[in-house]
Amino acid sequence: MATKNPYEVLGVKPDATDEQIRSAYRKLAKKFHPDLNPGNKQAEARFKEISVAYDLLSDKEKRARFDRGEIDASGAERPEHAHAGYGGFAEGAPGERYEFHSAEGMAPEDLDDLFAFFGRGTRGNAPRRGSDLHFALTIDFLAAINGGKQRVSLAPDRSLDVTIPPGVRDGQVLRLQGQGAPGRNGAAAGDALIEIHVTPHPVFRREGDDIHLDLPVTLGEAVLGAKVTVPTPTGPVSMTIPANTNTGRVLRLKGKGAPRPGGAHGDQYVTLKVVLPEGGDAELTRFMREWASQHPYDPRRGMAS
Amino acid sequence: MIDFDALVRQIEGLDAEELRQWIAEHWVRAEESDRGFFFHEVDVARVRLICELRRELAIGDEAIPVILQLLDQVYALRRRIRRLCEAIEAQPLELRDAVRTHLAQGRSEDGK
Repeated sequence: MATKNPYEVLGVKPDATDEQIRSAYRKLAKKFHPDLNPGNKQAEARFKEISVAYDLLSDKEKRARFDRGEIDASGAERPEHAHAGYGGFAEGAPGERYEFHSAEGMAPEDLDDLFAFFGRGTRGNAPRRGSDLHFALTIDFLAAINGGKQRVSLAPDRSLDVTIPPGVRDGQVLRLQGQGAPGRNGAAAGDALIEIHVTPHPVFRREGDDIHLDLPVTLGEAVLGAKVTVPTPTGPVSMTIPANTNTGRVLRLKGKGAPRPGGAHGDQYVTLKVVLPEGGDAELTRFMREWASQHPYDPRRGMAS
Repeated sequence: MIDFDALVRQIEGLDAEELRQWIAEHWVRAEESDRGFFFHEVDVARVRLICELRRELAIGDEAIPVILQLLDQVYALRRRIRRLCEAIEAQPLELRDAVRTHLAQGRSEDGK
């Protein structure tokens, strides 16, 4: 796609001041911002064009190079937004979080009225399957790894024990058959769809089915090697640190990660971090002064200056 | 989900005090636990949007809640329309055709 002249895109003269350019950009961006124009592909394309033009003209150096003809309008094409827009979430089930949040005082019925007219004028009582209902359930990190039962309230007067499969991931949706809205005239009930949200853990990080953990070790343990106790989501295990181990070294505890469907497990990766004694140590300082002067080595050899 | 500090680090120029204010004013929802606030992906995207509205589009703080409230309604309506479309899609061909014909008629009348 040929990129248009940025001055034309923003509707400003080639000698426009920075302020005029900024103000023209803001005016257009307000009109065409994709999150303010959900589902409008034209607005999205237009916004992209405007952003590219503003990106070029708001950068003094790029603007000057463009004016001198050194780069063309596409020379400043900026990468796509690295993140998804708000609309991508708001359109789907996650957006229900905000349905009656900022619009406080608006009752759900106000919008459900829209569907109420369906009942009017239909004499038939044909069986109809109940609709699916969406719920969210927040569980903590260890509950997600180890699984278990959790109580979800589906309605003020109805709650349900949900079995969390071990290893469940953040964002995963569990389907509970027949727990949705009741069917009409003998038809089956809908399903309850429960989206799982997992809170982060202060110590463990999860990547896929693997668990990552930073483990502080003493200087002595790093130099001499040691057997240490490491927390894992299923309880502490002992691990051997080989002698002469550096900060940043990663040791693997096989099978100590999150369970996978089918019985296998991910691994736990332990990144070692050497920690000096708090507040220093006079003897260590004395020893190090002597030792360092006699054993010089350069760990930064080969680094660009 | 990510925690408060991670969110502040993730979004350039986001001020922790401001974010606290936005949560208090219900611009953004956060899950509150004994370890502080946590945010879902949708909340992170919403914080990003608020930052863009304020900084890039220079929209004043008094207008932000109006925009958010209208946006919430637009998205709620769009979710309902989508559900309606799914419901129609699940109907027999005859009924779907009838709906399509009806909608097409409505449009030509509007265009008069």
